[in-house]
Amino acid sequence: MNFDPRFSGRKFTSVGTRPIRPDGVDKVTGRARYGADFNMAGQLVGRVLRSPHAHAKIRKIDTSKAEKLPGVKAVITAADLPDLTDGDAAMYDVLDNCMARGKALYDGHAVAAVAAVDARTARQALKLIEVDYELLPHVTDVDEAMKHSAPLINDAIFTEGLEEKPVKPSNVTKRSQFGHGDVHQGFGHADFIVERSFKTEQTHQGYIEPHACVASVSSDGTADLWVCTQGHFVYRQHCAQLLGMEASKLRVTSSEIGGGFGGKTHVWAEPVALALSRKAGRPVKLVMTRDEVFRASGPTSATSVDVRIGARKDGTITAAEATLRYSCGPYAGSWAEIGAMTAFACYRLDNVKTVGYEVLVNRPKTAAYRAPSAPMAAFAVESAVDELAKEVGMDPVEFRIRNAAQEGTRSSYGPVYGPIGIGPTLEAAKSHPHMKAPLGKNQGRGMACGFWFNFGGQTCTDLNIGMDGSVSLAVGTVDVGGSRASLSLVAAEELGIAYEQVKAIVADTSSLGYNDMTDGSRGTFSSSMATISAARNAIKILRERAAQMWDISVDDVVWENGHAIAKGEKHGNLGRLSLKEIAVASGKTGGPIAGHSELVADGAGVSFATHICDIEVDPETGATRVLRYTVVQDAGKAVHPTYVEGQYQGGAAQGIGWALNEEYIYGKDGRLQNPGFLDYRIPVCSDLPMIDTQILEIPNPNHPYGVRGVGETSIVPPLAAIANAVSNAAGVRMTHIPMSPPRILAAIEAKRAG
Amino acid sequence: MRYIRPLSIEDAVGQLAGSAGTAAILAGGSDLLVRMKGGFVEPDLIVDIKAIEGLSEIRETADGFSIGAAVPCAVLGESAALKKAWPGVVEAAKLIGSKQVQGRCTITGNLCNASPAADSVPALVAAGARASVVGPAGRRTIPVESVPTGPGKTSLAKGEIIEAILLDKRPPRSGDAYLRFIPRTEMDIAVVSAGVNLTLDESGVVIAARVAIGAAAPTVLLVEEAAQVLIGSKLDEAALERLAKVCSGACRPIDDKRGTVEFRRKVAGVLAKRAATSAYARAGGK
Amino acid sequence: MAGVAVSTTINGDHVEYLCQPDETLLDVLRDRLGLTGAKEGCGTGDCGACSIILDDRLVCSCLVLGAEAEGRRVETIEGMAHGDKLHPLQQKFLEHAALQCGICTPGFLIAAKDLLAKNPDPTEEEIRFGLAGNLCRCTGYDKIVRAVQDAASVMKGA
Ligand SMILES: Cc1cc2nc3c(=O)[nH]c(=O)nc-3n(C[C@H](O)[C@H](O)[C@H](O)COP(=O)(O)OP(=O)(O)OC[C@H]3O[C@@H](n4cnc5c(N)ncnc54)[C@H](O)[C@@H]3O)c2cc1C
Ligand code: FES
Ligand code: FES
Repeated sequence: MNFDPRFSGRKFTSVGTRPIRPDGVDKVTGRARYGADFNMAGQLVGRVLRSPHAHAKIRKIDTSKAEKLPGVKAVITAADLPDLTDGDAAMYDVLDNCMARGKALYDGHAVAAVAAVDARTARQALKLIEVDYELLPHVTDVDEAMKHSAPLINDAIFTEGLEEKPVKPSNVTKRSQFGHGDVHQGFGHADFIVERSFKTEQTHQGYIEPHACVASVSSDGTADLWVCTQGHFVYRQHCAQLLGMEASKLRVTSSEIGGGFGGKTHVWAEPVALALSRKAGRPVKLVMTRDEVFRASGPTSATSVDVRIGARKDGTITAAEATLRYSCGPYAGSWAEIGAMTAFACYRLDNVKTVGYEVLVNRPKTAAYRAPSAPMAAFAVESAVDELAKEVGMDPVEFRIRNAAQEGTRSSYGPVYGPIGIGPTLEAAKSHPHMKAPLGKNQGRGMACGFWFNFGGQTCTDLNIGMDGSVSLAVGTVDVGGSRASLSLVAAEELGIAYEQVKAIVADTSSLGYNDMTDGSRGTFSSSMATISAARNAIKILRERAAQMWDISVDDVVWENGHAIAKGEKHGNLGRLSLKEIAVASGKTGGPIAGHSELVADGAGVSFATHICDIEVDPETGATRVLRYTVVQDAGKAVHPTYVEGQYQGGAAQGIGWALNEEYIYGKDGRLQNPGFLDYRIPVCSDLPMIDTQILEIPNPNHPYGVRGVGETSIVPPLAAIANAVSNAAGVRMTHIPMSPPRILAAIEAKRAG
Repeated sequence: MRYIRPLSIEDAVGQLAGSAGTAAILAGGSDLLVRMKGGFVEPDLIVDIKAIEGLSEIRETADGFSIGAAVPCAVLGESAALKKAWPGVVEAAKLIGSKQVQGRCTITGNLCNASPAADSVPALVAAGARASVVGPAGRRTIPVESVPTGPGKTSLAKGEIIEAILLDKRPPRSGDAYLRFIPRTEMDIAVVSAGVNLTLDESGVVIAARVAIGAAAPTVLLVEEAAQVLIGSKLDEAALERLAKVCSGACRPIDDKRGTVEFRRKVAGVLAKRAATSAYARAGGK
Repeated sequence: MAGVAVSTTINGDHVEYLCQPDETLLDVLRDRLGLTGAKEGCGTGDCGACSIILDDRLVCSCLVLGAEAEGRRVETIEGMAHGDKLHPLQQKFLEHAALQCGICTPGFLIAAKDLLAKNPDPTEEEIRFGLAGNLCRCTGYDKIVRAVQDAASVMKGA
């Protein structure tokens, strides 16, 4: 059957309601099983030895003493994970990141691993491994790394994307450029120009659950992996490739996941656990400590961004330009490229140019973090936009409304927009009561906009109708925050049955076809599309069965409100057949009834948000307090509004942490100083006010219900919104994030000193 | 490794003194267990002092208060009499960690952990608190400021245990206060802090003062000059400004992940002013 | 290293176990007793995911030795519901969607239970400071605070 994904206006019965999630009771009673909650008989404890150096050649690793320690069952190094990547550079980097090959590239880089009978033995064994390091000069700062004098992290890197191939290697792996028009000319028409440089420090996704897995490799070459991941199918692909296995022989089960935000889209220790299990011949459980999570997984890029924007007296932007430098850790990435694409995406611009540079540093491999790369670009651009509005003498909201992109605008990164929500979110913000709330002394208000693409991707879903008429829905996108509830609502909606009749589960890699990660805000968007498609396929069969039961043509059977109805005068005497009645009879009408769907969900629908916040600054200490916070965002269609609000609030809270206090702090020795929650300061409950949300619904034309991705956009505006609020409260422009108290106080003092 | 839970202080002292390898005293464990988890210490003997007779009590004596070494800070906060007499000490103790940590942590542990940023210590130093120490050589009473000698180091000898922290009875018109600076609202270690303890005469003039600054030097600083600035004043604007200046000047801070030298200097003065104002009000000054 | 024999009460049941002297109560609960409701988010007292109640005091089980539980009373998330009847806090967490990933939820529920036991009618600020030892990275705390407020009013009525 051809699936038509186009939006059709309709009235909803289930979609848009707020039922309790199907996995809820297990989660409030402690029964739900997360990554570290699973055990296998005879399992060993795996632990990883990590480099204490930022940059060092590994001359030799002697594991003999560790191997002799009673209770140690396997010790591995890079030699046990031979290179099978066959020229796939990105996979080679993943492999090298899992276990250093020749060089340790950051503090925390894995160099060896052990499996032992218990944790204590494993810990002791790590101490017995002797690594002979030759220290190399290191660089951790993104601007420093770009200098010609900087230590080279990989001498095989020659900047890509330049007109001429450079003759010398450098730490810049790629240059990318976006835009249209002529910025030079555009600035010529400007009456006001704002030009500024900004910096943001590196942050971590900060999920509360550390990476954890149990790997079990059998001598016949089959294997099982239980793991907390945002994409078990991708993990299977990667692990199979790195270990030289056939994908179908490796079954990956995704546990409940205790947060990911992009950080669990990437294999770190899983191939190591599999290699340990293969060598030891026993299952191996490997759980990272919090220290390892910070030192060796996650983080997002640190950035340095220059922005220049010009406007006419009437408030029209004439040109906008940005240069963005993003740290990638020690491996090539495309983080600056994404930043360069998103930087000016909110605006309607005739002349725009953005250039991104990907920069290698001796820090952990950068991973996606919720709308990756967009918040830093938005921080720089939205700060400059605020300043420019001031210069022009316009209210910041009015200024943005005047320049906002619309349907038909050519975006700064290329495509022409369909119906979009930037204008409506700005209008909603403008008339929001928050804008009129009184401000006291030392308090300031800020606002900012944000954009995110959203992704679709490969999705596969099975919908099985039981003999009793209940429906089980098997999806392959991991549920990171309530998607099983949302997808059950969608199945109920499409089939016309009650939400309680549907039970959604996340299937393992052997039970369902391939699915991409739950990232790019795709979970609900793409799986709901596949669910609708699967349900429609099931409905087709239900109609056929009803036709058979009535002995009429299937063309005369329609599906309405969960029932087959015979249409037309001649069938006037036939009653309705409920889904349950058809299901009960299915044994006699052709067997089980199911609907399947395999599709590539396209057109996830870009999304926009506008945030408003009020901040109080203590001018004597630089301390800040978030007084009020409001999120306005377009959801396309909110399938389960409570979980949409939750996504808005969660993204805002992460953004607040990033803006005010979270940062990776490296010492002169290149070692991470704060790999723990005590000094990597994510917001605690008493740091935040209630976070007000307003959901707008501007239907996505490429989804039957109009759904857009909602998970990520909410982290894009906060950095800038808070920077604008702090700048207004403190009377001095803040250009370095996080705006920790010492930075704010220093800025205030510098201004006082003139 | 062995874990023991002696019932008497003599037994505990004996076990500690007689132990061959490294021994650690376990009170609330909120420092010790963190260090064990990080692999920084691996004691051969852990002596849990929480079952020792009398150590879990707050006693009000003729001379003041005796706070047993095993009393968790949560219990400290529940003692109305102590809160009334020494609100600054109690507020400092209540700032340590979360509700969860409060259920375990002790002010003696806070003192003996010898972190320059320990919250209860500036308040105790300002309060003129003393520690009752029991060891193989018997009992002695020492001022709390003589316990920590540098980050992670104390003057206690092998086998010595602090049994209780002693606080004096209050003269009339006395008040104390403690403030710290942290970037979040909770769950942070002090970037810099100040404890102030004042006694006034009937007209509101300060007649006795002690000012202590935390996280601004290897150990908590008792700033004698700051006390002199306050004594004889009614805490007018000029006195407060001088107090801030003296406190900022007394700091010998470092740059680290929690703050910069300039920040600590500046904020030490600000906090001293604010803590003095609060202590003055608590003492009944207007 | 000699094991320590411990006899204790967990969720009202008498329990005996052997543990190593340096083993935390969290490890004992999770690895020896199969009570995996308490989670390890940090192991150093910073996240509260391992919260339990020990003799009526809220503590981080990662900062308690297994050996210390001798003769004490331990309450974990597994003991919070009565049979198949959820505790009002559990019910309100579900109704308000106070959990997204849910890894922090057992710790929050235990901490909130302790909070309401000591202060049945807390203000928003008291709730926020009372729960500051529990980190949640998903929700921004808004719905958690509302769920606790709602549970408090239900429990007062009861
Ligand atoms: C999450 C978290 C947050 C924290 N926040 C703060 C904070 O905000 N402010 C702050 O100041 N601290 C903080 N701390 C540190 C710690 O909680 C405090 O220092 C606490 O007061 C230590 O007390 P304890 O009883 O737990 O000490 P323990 O860990 O039991 O002992 C600490 C040290 O003192 C020794 N010791 C204990 N009792 C005695 C005794 N009677 N005689 C001799 N030596 C003894 C021990 O051997 C050990 O070396 C925090 C810790 C954690 C885990
Ligand atoms: S695991 Fe105990 S507080 Fe984080
Ligand atoms: S719900 Fe995920 S950490 Fe709280």
